[in-house]
Amino acid sequence: MNRAEIRVLLIRAPGTNCDAETVRAFRDIGVTPEVAHTQRVFREKNLLEYDVLVFPGGFSYGDYVRSGAIWAKECEYRIGKEMVEFVETERPVIGICNGFQVLVETGFLPGFEGRSKVPQAALGNSTHGYQCRWIRLRNVNHGACEMLDGVPYGRILSFPVAHGEGRFILPPDKRDEYLGRLYDNDQLVFRYVRADGSYPEEDWPDNPNGAFHDIAGICNPEGNVLGLMPHPERAYFGYLMPQWSRQLKPKRYGDGRYFFESIVNYVEKRF
Amino acid sequence: MSRVSRSPHPFQHHTIDLLNATDDELREIAETLGLGLNLHELRQIRDQYLTRERRATDVELQTYDQTWSEHCFHKTFKGIIETPEGTVDGMLRTYIGRVVKELDPDWCFSVFEDNAGIVDLDDEWAIAIKVETHNHPSAIEPFGGAATGLGGVIRDVLGVWADPIACTDVLCFGPLDYEYEKLPEGVKHPSYLFRGVVDGIGSYGNSIGIPTVNGAVYFDEDYTGNIVVYCGCMGLLKKEKYIRNVRGGDRIVLAGGRTGLDGIHGVTFASAELTEESEEVSRPAVQIANPLEEEKIKRAIKQISDEGLGSGITDLGGGGLSCAVCEMADRYGLGAKVDLGKVPLKYPEMAPWEIWVSESQERMLLAVPQRNVDRVLRIFEDEQVEAIVIGSFTDEKVVRVHYEGEVVAELELEALFNPPRVRRSTSWKPPKLEDPTYPAPTELGETLKKLLAAHNIASKEVVVRRYDQEVKGGTIVKPLQGWNAGPSDGAVIKPLDGSWRGISVSCGMNPRYGKIDPYWMAASAIDEAVRNNVALGGRRIALLDNFTWGNPEYEDRLGGLVMASRACYETSKAYGTPFISGKDSLYNESPLGPVAPTLLVTALGILPDVRKAVTMDLKREGNSVYIIGKTKPELGGSEYYRLMGLLGASVPRLEADETIGTYERLTSAIDDGLVRACHDLSEGGLGVAAAEMAFTGGLGLEVDLSKATAVAEMRDDLMLFSESNGRLLVEVEEGESKDFEAKMEGIVFARAGTVTGGDRLTVYGRGGVIIDEPLDLLMSAWKTPLEGLR
Repeated sequence: MNRAEIRVLLIRAPGTNCDAETVRAFRDIGVTPEVAHTQRVFREKNLLEYDVLVFPGGFSYGDYVRSGAIWAKECEYRIGKEMVEFVETERPVIGICNGFQVLVETGFLPGFEGRSKVPQAALGNSTHGYQCRWIRLRNVNHGACEMLDGVPYGRILSFPVAHGEGRFILPPDKRDEYLGRLYDNDQLVFRYVRADGSYPEEDWPDNPNGAFHDIAGICNPEGNVLGLMPHPERAYFGYLMPQWSRQLKPKRYGDGRYFFESIVNYVEKRF
Repeated sequence: MSRVSRSPHPFQHHTIDLLNATDDELREIAETLGLGLNLHELRQIRDQYLTRERRATDVELQTYDQTWSEHCFHKTFKGIIETPEGTVDGMLRTYIGRVVKELDPDWCFSVFEDNAGIVDLDDEWAIAIKVETHNHPSAIEPFGGAATGLGGVIRDVLGVWADPIACTDVLCFGPLDYEYEKLPEGVKHPSYLFRGVVDGIGSYGNSIGIPTVNGAVYFDEDYTGNIVVYCGCMGLLKKEKYIRNVRGGDRIVLAGGRTGLDGIHGVTFASAELTEESEEVSRPAVQIANPLEEEKIKRAIKQISDEGLGSGITDLGGGGLSCAVCEMADRYGLGAKVDLGKVPLKYPEMAPWEIWVSESQERMLLAVPQRNVDRVLRIFEDEQVEAIVIGSFTDEKVVRVHYEGEVVAELELEALFNPPRVRRSTSWKPPKLEDPTYPAPTELGETLKKLLAAHNIASKEVVVRRYDQEVKGGTIVKPLQGWNAGPSDGAVIKPLDGSWRGISVSCGMNPRYGKIDPYWMAASAIDEAVRNNVALGGRRIALLDNFTWGNPEYEDRLGGLVMASRACYETSKAYGTPFISGKDSLYNESPLGPVAPTLLVTALGILPDVRKAVTMDLKREGNSVYIIGKTKPELGGSEYYRLMGLLGASVPRLEADETIGTYERLTSAIDDGLVRACHDLSEGGLGVAAAEMAFTGGLGLEVDLSKATAVAEMRDDLMLFSESNGRLLVEVEEGESKDFEAKMEGIVFARAGTVTGGDRLTVYGRGGVIIDEPLDLLMSAWKTPLEGLR
């Protein structure tokens, strides 16, 4: 598939606010996403006409009740079956920040046995409240998350986080079991790291929210549903990186470019 | 017998007999209806009704009350003021607004007329900017007060058809360690207010998805009873989409949140002093925030603007519908008829006057030609926003308000917008102050660390991190610089996808100088805002004024205000940086006395290419560091004196003509790529600025004070911590020093230091090394003091 033919559907709900920069990133690589209000998607869109689904960041429905909860329930009832079908075709579904929360709330992530009816994880209250800061994260995926093939294993990237609820947690009674499965299925994708590459072991601020096992992003066992708390779209261009002005000749692209480029290249090759 | 009586209508409605009412009766009427109008104003209203030969209605008097409030009409700034130096016929006209008229720059698109000031970004696009105060509500209910303050200023930007792209906030509180026992009844503790305000702003700005990119937090005793909350917003608009073309017959569309009893008499409350009863009496005046609603409205308005469907727009802020409808009608020389029965309510049985003046949040008013109404309502519906036609504009200059088939108000706009002009007189006496004498301290390294830890200088990271600075992916220079999170001089934003053009936003504020001399306080605030902007690479700067002052009916407060306004005119004229918008908040008085006279100056500049923006962190070992501008023994109101519990007298002054010449040259050096880092010298002077540049860049720095240009022989501590205006530190690449020096020829500057590979800040004074401190200690002194305030 030629990249100009790739159809990306970026769904926005009331309160979504990262759609513009996400579109900007895709566009720069030659893909023009379609942005559609979630009500329009429910009414008139057929998800299966698209190659990539994106749930962007923001505060869907004000994040009232719990982050992403209202939008997730709405999606479940209105397009739940379609979403399952879409995922089964192995096409990529990406959730960034609030989108990640929606994918967890709808049970697609971690989705140990396909979509679960009850969430198997949560993105809870961050230890230090709302935080907007740049963090470092390492790609720890060995290959299951094929759409990130373009980001070498072990590569450390810098993206900003900006959330009050993003602390990845597993049910206490199943924590070890689930973590084992995340490892066995190669579902861990991004973990927070310190400047020296070591893991902060839940210590703030390198782990900005107290996430269990420093988990910043995961995928489903099949690898085609990906969710992460940090914002690659806000690190797409070089001049958005925190220290760009220290270089005599600043680079055109930032670390977020690796993320989006890898996804587009993957779809281009795979479908 | 009371002059206020219930009308025969089957709903809450009163009529008032004003005929021949005595002063006492007028006062009683005002009290019965809860009006803030003074006797002079009440008499004028009474006389208007003489010729109308009918009773007034509560809806009408409430409209007068709102429209003539200080908050809505800026009576003081438009009034006639007798000063010892002569009559000032309107401070706005004589001082603040005069600069732009005299300079008449072709890049000012709309100034002092609409909800926000608008300046060109390029040929096609413009930037709208507005800064508001929300002091009184925040003092009562900090979370809701601050959140709705931000919500309100975002709507001001929407109210000129602009898409909000960035916010600013400047907050002033009493000392965080203020003794509880000393707090008078009704005054909330600074640390409680601090947390509430910071949370409120964060919750609103983050949820609506607009980055908060610039601001300040300031602590002073004189804010204990009167906190100050400034919220600003910038928006982007296509110039051809700035449509203001309302005609008779155009429909009035009310969109957004429902109308409720929250925010009744908000403007009356904002125009009065705070007392121990404010909590109980004025709680309903504080609105309730729902950022989700405003996010949806924002989307819809962008779409309506893109399609060019509306003929006019304004937000519902102070005075609610009453001000929005009447002001819009008046602006276009029209009238209006409105059916209050159509307004969607939060709960039933609100009186018509309550619906008319309620300041419930997240509401916008649009004028829409009949042919576009269906499409406009459809766009709102698609964004899940409630919108409804509540009336239409008419050709006669009267606003008629209907409710359940009855006319509940008939307002003649000419009379409504002609309040009596305020006449006041002033006096201002310089306080008896002198500069202290004390032996020169020996441990200047320790002093520097204490200064870095002073709450007005210490890192505000704990606040800044609570706000999303990165959403929209356009924040080029961030409020916290680099991984070490040093203090940027302002922010740079790239608003357009297809262009490198950017905007720079910065601010200046020196309330402690105001305790010595309001004139030099205002001049310093302007200089600081401009200096910060220049440091980032900004130029073609526009300014906004936000006064927070005490009760202007006291002659001394008003005297200071006139002085500060005059400084605004003289300084901004000399700088060529006109004021384009502003807002004042007066009557900031509490049982603890007046607020510290405060002028916030916000500066909006542009950068032709954001890739040439300059940050404040030292970049490379071996580079030279220059000090620009003259250091004088000006420590009055300085943070150094405050550290010793002193105020002093030698407030920093300004040689405006010389200073702006310096800035212009520096801008030229930045354009030539000669400047690697630049940082303004403000609170804590040279010592603090040098430390900040060093630890932010993670590079050592050696400074020689004897090289820095001083007007007189100055003691080391005064050289280090003087807060003289017009000064910056500049890092220049090794090998480019000659070019830089040639560029700056004729300007007051000196090569004062070198970036070293070490990890220390070393300062040489008269007697050799006076400071030699490791950077990590300086940084932790600066970072930790406010860290625990989460």
